[in-house]
Amino acid sequence: MAQRYREPVTPPGPSTAAADPLVADLRRALAPDRVRTEDLELALYGRDASGIDAGGRAAVVCLPETTEEVAACVRAARAHGRPFVARGAGTGLAGGAVPVGEPVVIVTTRMTRILEVDPDERVAWVQPGVLNLDLTRHLATWDLHFAPDPSSQQACTIGGNVANNSGGPHCLRDGVTSAHVVALEVVLPDGSVTVLGALDPEPGGYDLRGAFVGSEGCLGIATRVAVRLTPNPPAVRTLLADFASVEDAAATVSAVIAAGIVPAALEMMDARITAAVEDYVGAGYPRDAAAVLLVELDGLPAGVEAHAAEVVRLATAHGARAVRVAADDAERALLWKGRKSAFGAVARILPDYYLHDTVVPRTRLVEVLRRVYQIAERHDLVVVNVFHAGDGNLHPLLLFDRRVPGVMDRVHAAGEEIVAASLEAGGVLSGEHGIGLEKKAYMDRLFGPDDLDAQARLREAFDPDGAANPDKVLPAGARCGDLQRAPEGAWI
Amino acid sequence: MTGTLDGFAAEVGPAEPVTVVGGRTQWSVGGAPAEDVREVRAPAGIVAHEPAELTVRVRAGTTVAELDAALAEHGQMVPLDPPDPERATVGGVLAVGRSGIRRLGRGPVRDCLLEARYVSAEGRVVKAGGPTVKNVSGFDLCRLLVGSLGTLGLLAEVVVRVSPRPAASRWLQAAGADPFALRRRLLGASSILWDGATTWVLLEGHPADVDAESAVVTSVAGGAAAVAEVAGPPPLPAGGRLSARPSALRDLRTGDHAGFVAEVGVGVVHTTAPVPPPPLAGPRELHRRIKAVFDPTGRLNPGRSVVTA
Ligand SMILES: Cc1cc2nc3c(=O)[nH]c(=O)nc-3n(C[C@H](O)[C@H](O)[C@H](O)COP(=O)(O)OP(=O)(O)OC[C@H]3O[C@@H](n4cnc5c(N)ncnc54)[C@H](O)[C@@H]3O)c2cc1C
Repeated sequence: MAQRYREPVTPPGPSTAAADPLVADLRRALAPDRVRTEDLELALYGRDASGIDAGGRAAVVCLPETTEEVAACVRAARAHGRPFVARGAGTGLAGGAVPVGEPVVIVTTRMTRILEVDPDERVAWVQPGVLNLDLTRHLATWDLHFAPDPSSQQACTIGGNVANNSGGPHCLRDGVTSAHVVALEVVLPDGSVTVLGALDPEPGGYDLRGAFVGSEGCLGIATRVAVRLTPNPPAVRTLLADFASVEDAAATVSAVIAAGIVPAALEMMDARITAAVEDYVGAGYPRDAAAVLLVELDGLPAGVEAHAAEVVRLATAHGARAVRVAADDAERALLWKGRKSAFGAVARILPDYYLHDTVVPRTRLVEVLRRVYQIAERHDLVVVNVFHAGDGNLHPLLLFDRRVPGVMDRVHAAGEEIVAASLEAGGVLSGEHGIGLEKKAYMDRLFGPDDLDAQARLREAFDPDGAANPDKVLPAGARCGDLQRAPEGAWI
Repeated sequence: MTGTLDGFAAEVGPAEPVTVVGGRTQWSVGGAPAEDVREVRAPAGIVAHEPAELTVRVRAGTTVAELDAALAEHGQMVPLDPPDPERATVGGVLAVGRSGIRRLGRGPVRDCLLEARYVSAEGRVVKAGGPTVKNVSGFDLCRLLVGSLGTLGLLAEVVVRVSPRPAASRWLQAAGADPFALRRRLLGASSILWDGATTWVLLEGHPADVDAESAVVTSVAGGAAAVAEVAGPPPLPAGGRLSARPSALRDLRTGDHAGFVAEVGVGVVHTTAPVPPPPLAGPRELHRRIKAVFDPTGRLNPGRSVVTA
C-alpha cells in the first residue's frame, strides 16, 4: 500500500518573513497594507477558537479581496516553497485554520460581497468571507434563507462552513452545508482557478464539489460559493418538553423519529445546563427538569399542527411532566433564547470549557450520555450536555478552571474517553466541527489503513505536493487543544 | 442475503479488468464497457434497518424494489427513484448518480449516501464515510463515489439515509398551468413536470396541506376544469437526458428535442431525440488524476467514463 502520510513539520523559530522576497511578491500582487508581517498579527492568526497550539505561526498574513488576488497569493506561496492555509473567521473548533510550520495564511474576511441572488432559481453566489447570518439576513427580502445555522453563525464565514461542512440545529431535516452548496469557484493548490459543480442538476464528471465540501482547506481555497436558498416556512411551532429523566427525553426523540416526524430542529439540554440557563436569562425553563427537549416543526400549516400535536402526545406518553407550546413569535424567541444562551450560562458555573462534538446512533443516546457523566465524574470534572439530539450529535461541555494545577490533563483524558465511548457505540468522530488538528490522532480509530489511504489519495490528486493546509485531517500525531474561545454572540 | 464483502473482494481480486453488473437498467451511461471484461456482481440483501435511526444498511446488489418494500413496512423510503426499480440495484443507482423525478421534494441521490464499503482497484474492502446521519470525520469520499460509474471503486455495501413516507401523495395534471408560477407558489411539490403544454404536479404531505396546495394548482390553471387527478406521471421520453439551469427551461417550446418532459425547479429534461452528454464540470486534468490515484491501472469498469470526449 502506498505511503501517503507526511511527517509533521518541525516547529519554526521566529518569523523571518518580513525580509523575505515572498513578502515583496505578495505586496506587488495585493495592496501592500493587505500583506501583514507584524508579530502581533502573525500571532493573532496563529490560533483559532480551538486554542490549539501546533507550534507554528503565519509566515505572512494576506487579506485578498478577489479571486485573482487569492490565486496570486497561492502562486506566490508556491513559488517560494511555502505551504498556505485558508482562513475565514477563525471560529473553527478543530484547529483547521491553525498554521503548522510557517505557511502563508490567506484570510477571506475582506471577501464579503454577496455577488448575485437569484430568488427564482433559489441560488446565490457569494464570496467566502460573507458571514453566515449576514447572508440569511440579506435574503429576508425574498423570504428565503441559507439553511445551515451553526451556533457561531454571527461570526463564521460561508467559506468556513463549506470547508467544515458545518451544521446547526436546523440541519436535522434540511441537511448540512454540503446539501446547500451547488457550485464552488476554487483556487486549486497549483494556483489555477476552476469551478466545481454547476448550477444545472447533473454536471458532467465526478462530484468534485461534493469532495471539496468538508475538506478543511486541504484541497484548495473556495473563492466564490453558489449556495442553495430555502424558502422561509409559512408555519412554525416551537415546543419545550420537560422531563424527569434523561432516559424519557431520549426515548421521546426516538419515538418522534420512528413516528415519521422529522422536526426542523430537535435539541436536548440536561439538568445542569437547563438550570444554569434559567438562572442566566429567565426563559421560563423548568429549573428542576432532568432534561428538556426543544422541538421546532415548520412547513405547511396543517402538517405542522398535526405533527406538533403528535409530538406533545409522544412526549407525554414518554413521561414528560409538561410540554409548553409557544403561543406566538415572542414566546418562540424566548424558548430559543434559552437554548442559545448556553455559552453565557456555562461561564457562570466555571470559567473555562472544552466543547466536544461526536455523533452516536440516536438509539444509543442514553447509554452514551450515561458514560459521559461517568467519565466526567471519574476525572472530577463538571460536564453539561446541550446538543442536537435529533441527529445524535452530542456536544458534551467539560467545565473547569484552568488555574487549577493538572486540570488540563484531566480534561484531555476525559475528552479522549468520550470520543472512545462514542465510537464504541457505533458513532463517528465529529458531526460538525471537523477533524483539523484536534482529532487527527483519532482518525485511525474510525478508519483502517486502507480507508485512510483512500482519503489520502483524494488529497494527492488535488494537491500532489501537500501545499494546502498541510498536516490537517489525516493523522501523523497531533496535540490536543487547551482553551477554547467563543466569538461574540455565539451560542452552542 | 447473498455473498459477503470479503467474498466480493476476492472475486474482484487485485488485477485484471472487471466490470460490475447491477440490473443493467442504465448500462450505457458513460459508454458501454469494453468487450470480454470479466463481470462481477455485488452481494445483495438488507443488513440492518433501524427505523428510529432513519438509516438502512444494505448490500449494493439489492434491488431498489426489495429495499423499498422493506422500508415501506415501517412507513419509510429512500430517495432512490429509478425508472425500473424491480431490476435496478441500490449500488447501480448510486454509481450512476441520477436522481428520479421526485428530486424537487426528496433531494438529489448524492445527498443520501452516508457510508460506503467498496472494493478498491487493489481488491480490498475500503470504508468511506460513517453510519450516522451526521458526520464530518475526514474527506467526503461518499460524494465522490456517487455518480462515479464504478470507475473509482465497486460499491459492496452502503448505509443510506431514509425518510418518512408522506401521509398523502397526489398527482395532478393541469393543462396550460404555468409550471414556473407553480414552482414559485407551491411548497409541498415533490415534482413538477412539463412538456411545453401540460403540467403534472406531485403534491406530498399532510392531507389538508395537499388539499390546500391542490387549490393553488387550480387557481394557477385558471379553474377546476383544467385540472385532473391522475394516477402518476406521464411516460418519460427516453431518447436523451439534458441537464440545464432551471431558469433555462423557460426557453423550451413544445416539440423541442422531438418532444420532452422537463423537471421544473430541477433542470433535468427527458428528451425524445438524443442529446450530447453534459460538459465536464472542473478540470479534465484533475479528473484524470483522481482516476489515476484510485485506479492506477484502469482495471475498474474499463470503457466506461464520467469524462466524455
Ligand atoms: C462558540 C462556537 C459555536 C460553534 N457552533 C457550531 C455549530 O453549531 N455547528 C458547526 O458546524 N460549527 C460550529 N462551530 C465551529 C465553527 O464556527 C465552524 O466550523 C465554522 O464553519 C468555521 O468558520 P470560520 O469562518 O470561522 O472558519 P475558520 O475557523 O477560519 O476555518 C475553518 C476551516 O476552514 C478552512 N477554510 C476557511 N475558509 C476557507 C475557504 N474559503 N476555502 C477553503 N477552506 C477554508 C480553514 O483552512 C479551516 O480548515 C462553533 C464554533 C464556536 C467557537
